[in-house]
Amino acid sequence: MTTVDQQPRTYPFAESERLDIDPRYAELREHEPLARVRLPYGGDAWLATRHEDVRLVLGDPRFSRAATVGRDVPRLTPSLSRDSSILSMDPPEHSRLRRLVAKAFTARRVEQLRPRAQQVVDGLLDDLVAQGSPADLVEGLALPLPITMICELLGVPTEDRDRFRAWSDTVLALTAFSPEEIEVAIAELNGYLAGLIQQRREEPTDDLLGALVLARDEDDRLSEDELVGLGVTLLVAGHETTANQIGNFVYALLTHPGPLAALRADPQALPTAIEELLRFTPLGSSAGFPRIAMEDVEVGGVLVRAGEAVLVHAVSANRDERVFEHAADLDLVRAHNPHIAFGHGVHHCLGAPLARMELQVAVGTLLDRFPRLDFAVPADEVPWKRGRLVRGLRALPVTW
Amino acid sequence: MSEGRWQVGVDHGACIGSGICAGTAPAYFRIDAGKSYPVAELIDSDEVVLDAADSCPMEAILVKDASSGAVLAPEA
Repeated sequence: MTTVDQQPRTYPFAESERLDIDPRYAELREHEPLARVRLPYGGDAWLATRHEDVRLVLGDPRFSRAATVGRDVPRLTPSLSRDSSILSMDPPEHSRLRRLVAKAFTARRVEQLRPRAQQVVDGLLDDLVAQGSPADLVEGLALPLPITMICELLGVPTEDRDRFRAWSDTVLALTAFSPEEIEVAIAELNGYLAGLIQQRREEPTDDLLGALVLARDEDDRLSEDELVGLGVTLLVAGHETTANQIGNFVYALLTHPGPLAALRADPQALPTAIEELLRFTPLGSSAGFPRIAMEDVEVGGVLVRAGEAVLVHAVSANRDERVFEHAADLDLVRAHNPHIAFGHGVHHCLGAPLARMELQVAVGTLLDRFPRLDFAVPADEVPWKRGRLVRGLRALPVTW
Repeated sequence: MSEGRWQVGVDHGACIGSGICAGTAPAYFRIDAGKSYPVAELIDSDEVVLDAADSCPMEAILVKDASSGAVLAPEA
């Protein structure tokens, strides 16, 4: 056991530029794998940065998300976590909700959606070609693909996208919007989903939202708050992350011309390349959702006491040299790649198979259709969003 | 739901070691070197094992009634 007698570090660290990762994570992995940090709200917590420790905290039921609900725990944003969100539940409540939606997102079911994703991407790229080079890939591909897919799966009208896109962007703010603006956006999203749910009570549908309404009304398998919350979570998580990662992946590829040229020469390597891009591309701007130790647990040689809060940074875990050789390099043919870009344990991303498939179709088709794809502006002038929980481009101007 | 004894198996060709099963039903699954293993292959019936199997994104967990051989999870 190590004694930690240092002052807690102020966290989150200053926002990194582009896809850079703060060098302090590498120092922490080496010298202080479980670090004491002082958060903007709720006090001090532990921060895990090594792959092994991050997996332990995410996978071990002794660490609870539910214990953060409604409590002034150490956290990044002012609002307290909500009890009706699947993201802040533990088993068995979490398992009850997860099981209701898991079937719609299995790898096998998602594979059946691949032709539709291909059709959407083909149409979007046709539009870009018709419009002519240069164009913005965020508006032209990265956003509309995941929005179209999750809307069709859930049963949300695609024509409402401008409304829920703005709410969704606000909900995922770290400092970009005020707490009041975030509260309003959450209320708007809840109201919007409640309206879609009411429509299904009047006229049943065979989409996922329709199935969830039946699970509530006929089998009483979830509460009304849980139903609305699940709809909101699926809609927001179902497009924001993938949309940002499509842009981030293209940025990463265009700034690594060597690996990109090798991938173009061997399109069969695409699935392996997408896994490496998932590992390499830091989506989360910092460690996020806190967990509470329900009993004393040793993590990385440090005793975490019952009741203490622990944060994990998957981005740091994915750069852990103990697990990944030359972890800082983008190696698109990396053979051993147990990344945790989708998390680990019960909260392992429900939409992981869908995200994977969309990323493969989007990146693969883009490279195939545009052999001379490049930035339309100098790479360091590509505009990034700021003050968000997840990183992403405001626009990605490209030529082809 | 089927009572009595159940048989639990994990297809390691499909398993991606997401850890969902071990987190959902820690008494029945453990993760070792990136793959899930049933703690015991023959168990007394317990709904939580069906929760775990039906939550697996790879449908890698097969739960069968030990006497009849009927598949209890994953759901078709």
